[in-house]
Amino acid sequence: MSDDHDHMEHAGEAQAAVEDRRAPVVEPGHTFGSVTDKISSIVLTRGVQRGWVLGFAIAFSLTMMLLYAITMTVVEGVGLWGINIPVGWGFAIVNFVWWIGIGHAGTLISAVLLLLHQEWRTSINRFAEAMTLFAVACAGIFPLLHLGRPWVFYWLFPYPNTMTIWPQFRSPLIWDVFAVSTYGTVSLLFWYVGLIPDLATLRDRTGNRLAKVVYGFMAMGWRGSAAHWKRYHTAYTLLAGLATPLVVSVHTVVGLDFASGIVPGWHSTIFPPYFVAGAIYSGFAMVMTLAIPMRWAYGLEDFITLRHLDNMAKIILATGMIVSYGYLMEAFFGWYSMNEYEQYVTLNRALGAYRYQYWWLVFCNAIAPQLLWFSRVRRTIPVLFVICIIVNTGMWLERYIIVVTSLHRDYLPSSWGMYAGTRWDWMIYAGTLGLFLTLMFLFIRLLPMISIFEMRELVAHKEGERAAADVE
Amino acid sequence: MKPSTPVKIYGLMAEFDTPSQLIAAARHVREAGFRRVEGYTPYPIEELGDTLHFGRSWLPLLVFLGGLFGGTAGFLLQYWVHVIHYPLNSGGKPLLSWPMFIPITFEMTILGAALTAVFSMLALNGLPMPYHPVFNVPRFTLASRDRFFLMIRRIDPLFDVERTRQMLVDLQATEVFEVPP
Repeated sequence: MSDDHDHMEHAGEAQAAVEDRRAPVVEPGHTFGSVTDKISSIVLTRGVQRGWVLGFAIAFSLTMMLLYAITMTVVEGVGLWGINIPVGWGFAIVNFVWWIGIGHAGTLISAVLLLLHQEWRTSINRFAEAMTLFAVACAGIFPLLHLGRPWVFYWLFPYPNTMTIWPQFRSPLIWDVFAVSTYGTVSLLFWYVGLIPDLATLRDRTGNRLAKVVYGFMAMGWRGSAAHWKRYHTAYTLLAGLATPLVVSVHTVVGLDFASGIVPGWHSTIFPPYFVAGAIYSGFAMVMTLAIPMRWAYGLEDFITLRHLDNMAKIILATGMIVSYGYLMEAFFGWYSMNEYEQYVTLNRALGAYRYQYWWLVFCNAIAPQLLWFSRVRRTIPVLFVICIIVNTGMWLERYIIVVTSLHRDYLPSSWGMYAGTRWDWMIYAGTLGLFLTLMFLFIRLLPMISIFEMRELVAHKEGERAAADVE
Repeated sequence: MKPSTPVKIYGLMAEFDTPSQLIAAARHVREAGFRRVEGYTPYPIEELGDTLHFGRSWLPLLVFLGGLFGGTAGFLLQYWVHVIHYPLNSGGKPLLSWPMFIPITFEMTILGAALTAVFSMLALNGLPMPYHPVFNVPRFTLASRDRFFLMIRRIDPLFDVERTRQMLVDLQATEVFEVPP
């Protein structure tokens, strides 16, 4: 009995007791075989279901609308859009920044949380990485079309040409080209490298000859040998280490697109850090927006537990506070600058023609997420879902306010203007949502949406913990 | 039961139920002096890798060089364009306005290192490899699910079909297979 008493005072025990009160990262009772079968069966044996077909059909129709709107934009020119002088950066830039920001959570989950040994990341990293990739694809469409002559987009890249001219490397817009294309490439590599062992699993599990050939081709002959795993582990960790500063740099460069201009409301050193925080904020909201219906539709509550939702909600709350701090500081700097134009922009945002959008943005990004302080809210899934949608909307409005309000009042009142998106703008925006969801639906159907080998690792780790506890 | 032509086999493969059995077996086999040994697991097990392959990996060095190359190339490109080939006065800044070259230098460093990491990992692992004898063992498909395998190749100097098989059985292998070449 005295032994028991000693144990109670043991710090490790106390820690374990704290652990227990939280939901587990994977429900107990799972084995290597069961996690493998459950995740691979979604792809291999479940078949095409009505809900999937319906969702895919809607998303695909929106994609067709996107293609139509893009075609018309290319044929007629960007005059179809709402952009004008002075507001030359309308929806295209708003949507670009919004999508890129969404992508950032995927990299954060897969790279930063890996380096920090946050094992709860395991069941959400794969589809968060897919989300990153598809979000970057959607983001890339906008600046390309905004060029006006998208068919000469390759002029952005430095290559020896008969015109003997070069891109201006001192311009943040060229930094953007490098940052986003590097980000897209590295995200793709990271995602694919993570997939290789799982593709081998699918190759070994499937009974379908064609699927075996295709998965086998993509798995490149992966055998899971100790030598393979050793190099694989090194490469994967190094990639995570490389992706971490990369993800910060990408949204920093996006922030610099604004901050290097002398436009009042943009010319501020706070932009890069607060853009990065906003990116993580909106990205986690999107991960939740996808994870909540997905775990329900595919019965993945065992793997994506309340613990995951709780943790993500906390990250949303934390980054939301950073973003709110950014808004406060923007207003403060506007006042403190003693610059008539900065002060005007600050007041004009809150009281001017776009005040409704501005106050909605404050509600969505600074007020609504405060509900996440309550653990009851973090565990009530429908409320979480609604908050995430609100955050996504708020982050879109934030970029709208930044882009439009700063531009629509130029230094001279003679060059003032107003901006509103046309139906073409809305069609392209909704279309990219469709493209994003189309790719997401295809991904869920064709590839394992949870990393199988990392789940096995997690099961082994949990078994080890249990065994160690038994010994004690 | 006896295989027809033992000379032609690629090696002997033993199946284990648990990772600890495989690790124990791998240790024993290494200590017995076998060198052409490989383990196959459904997830990375650091201990096994350290038991079977204790050489230092070239990978980190290659990744460093890849990053160094990417960054240098990125910076020199900008230098050459803006200082040598097409000098353009932009905002009265010096031609070599190096702080403004940093973002692209940084991105190119990351790109160079990441591409090197992935392609070196694949190359050092010998991937893609369309054919490998281990796949001739039907049970081997479980190596990507929940079973653990150890293979000793025939070309190992200590290899002897009967004695090696007996050793693997003694090491608690659930089954021992001959791997056709």
